[in-house]
Amino acid sequence: MSSPPLLSVRDLRVGFATEEGVVQAVDGISFDLRPGEVLAIVGESGSGKSVTAQSIIGLTRANNARIEGSVRLDGEDLLSASDTDMRRLRGERVAMVFQDPMTSFNPVYRIGDQVVEAIRAHRSEVSKAEGKRRVVELFEAVGIPNAEGRVDDYPHEFSGGMRQRAMIAMALALEPEVLIADEPTTALDVTIQAQILDLLEQLNRERNLATILITHDLGVVAEVADRVLVMYAGKVVEEGTLDEIFYDPQHPYTWGLLGSLTRIDRPRPHRLPQIAGSPPSLLDLPEGCPFRPRCPHEFSKCPQYPGLEARLPDAPDHRDRCWLTPEEKKAKRLVEGQIGLESPREARQA
Amino acid sequence: MSDASGNATQLLEVTDLVKHFPIKRGILIDREVDQVRAVDGVSFRVERGKTLGLVGESGSGKSTVCRAVLQLIKPTSGSVKFEGREIAGIGRREMRPLRREMQMIFQDPYASLNPRKRVGQIVGDPLKRQGVASGSELRRQVQELLERVGLSSEHYYRFPHEFSGGQRQRIGIARAVSLRPKLVICDEPVSALDVSIQAQIVNLLDDLQDEFGLAYLFVAHDIGVVRHISDRIAVMNEGKIVEQGSADQVCENPQHEYTKKLLAAVPIPDPRESRERHSGSVQ
Repeated sequence: MSSPPLLSVRDLRVGFATEEGVVQAVDGISFDLRPGEVLAIVGESGSGKSVTAQSIIGLTRANNARIEGSVRLDGEDLLSASDTDMRRLRGERVAMVFQDPMTSFNPVYRIGDQVVEAIRAHRSEVSKAEGKRRVVELFEAVGIPNAEGRVDDYPHEFSGGMRQRAMIAMALALEPEVLIADEPTTALDVTIQAQILDLLEQLNRERNLATILITHDLGVVAEVADRVLVMYAGKVVEEGTLDEIFYDPQHPYTWGLLGSLTRIDRPRPHRLPQIAGSPPSLLDLPEGCPFRPRCPHEFSKCPQYPGLEARLPDAPDHRDRCWLTPEEKKAKRLVEGQIGLESPREARQA
Repeated sequence: MSDASGNATQLLEVTDLVKHFPIKRGILIDREVDQVRAVDGVSFRVERGKTLGLVGESGSGKSTVCRAVLQLIKPTSGSVKFEGREIAGIGRREMRPLRREMQMIFQDPYASLNPRKRVGQIVGDPLKRQGVASGSELRRQVQELLERVGLSSEHYYRFPHEFSGGQRQRIGIARAVSLRPKLVICDEPVSALDVSIQAQIVNLLDDLQDEFGLAYLFVAHDIGVVRHISDRIAVMNEGKIVEQGSADQVCENPQHEYTKKLLAAVPIPDPRESRERHSGSVQ
């Protein structure tokens, strides 16, 4: 953990002007990412996790977007980099894998050619033949069987899992240092998901890749992450190591997420613990803590939003945004002996 | 289960259901060159008021089973009995009165509601078409339903786009249960929803089952959710049911290799157990 951060995000804020007002999708996010580390960003739709990822590689640059703060890669500021510089950086140093392997490739070109094109866009000295040879190597590295025969296939001839492997191969083509994977397994079957997660883990180890994994699935997080950021309504509500988040969670929203998981390795509860209500609209956030309307532990301090601070004496990197004392949290987060969010006092449904 | 004689409790009985889709080639004259065996001899039963979970990966044929049961597609062969009556291959007109008894909840709450209609119309439509209620009585019933599924009666005049994914799924559920059907087929009803909302919808389905005595055919790829809601589980792979049994039995003591593989692939949200599992599998 002593190596300097490769990617350093400070107070990132991303707002979009809409007809109904400014949507502050990301509201002051900071984190560091080191080589070989897997950082998971967890949240529901609208939490700002994908916008955070996209802003790092300049995909949210638009006329109606306002991006503030800093994103530094080895000291170089990405937010103020020119579009030309960003184009060079993307793929070369920071690559991204998207959720939907069905729409990430152009259906009318051969898969291999699309990867070759990505390589040659950055390395014009690479010949087409040389490029193709590299693609075969990459396909082999990500476990596509019969790689040599498959490079000339069209996207529709690949299954979803194979397409996601090809997508990962394309992301790795220029040997980037940072890989951003936005829900890389959400569209896949569980057996395929397990294979892709194994692949990501292996790449991480072998190539010392720094990885940002965006997901809503805490099961996936438990399998691969080193550190976790939990996002809610554009802010980080809790961050810590994998074990801190799973075994000593400090924020009621994290309790709720952990509690509402179905676990096939445990006896099933009579009722699935649920979080009442639904995530707030970013155009109409409640004053103070945005989780307040859904939280059964709300009290007089909650109309003020606490900062993201370390509140446990022995865990300086475990931070959260909840006013409850550590002792209160320890007591309140147990529901029938398991970590979870107590049912709300009244039924406040979605 | 050994209650082969207990026909009174069997609501739906599917026997040797087969659906093959032809693969055709040819320019002027289509020749059938091959078949996709989407459903290849599937048998199961759904008891009154109980839930059968049908779990499988994409392409396993689970959605085709749903559509064949509802006669939305014509099965190639096999029998589908609803309350003892054969419905496989019967005409649309004969099927219509039965639609009251069998309803469906879809996966995508964004695509399954008509964006031009108000919620009141969407939910009230089945009641109106089946001639159950009209006018102010219809509105009263619909508003009561909206409240029952966790929405409010004021939502009657709103349009679908004004609602979140979870709320839209509630609208779909209100519509499906409006006629008090005996069977509701749920095709991946929670997989498009956020985690915190999934639990709400599963609990709502549980409550409605108790209240209205509904039976569910609950189709999903997430075996964790299926296990939670189901009394029995059938595991499908490549058009066939490879294993069926009580929910706990299938999950805790799987017999078929495919079921074992499926269960082993489910990520366990517990870092220590996950590490244990991995250190075991690496060697």
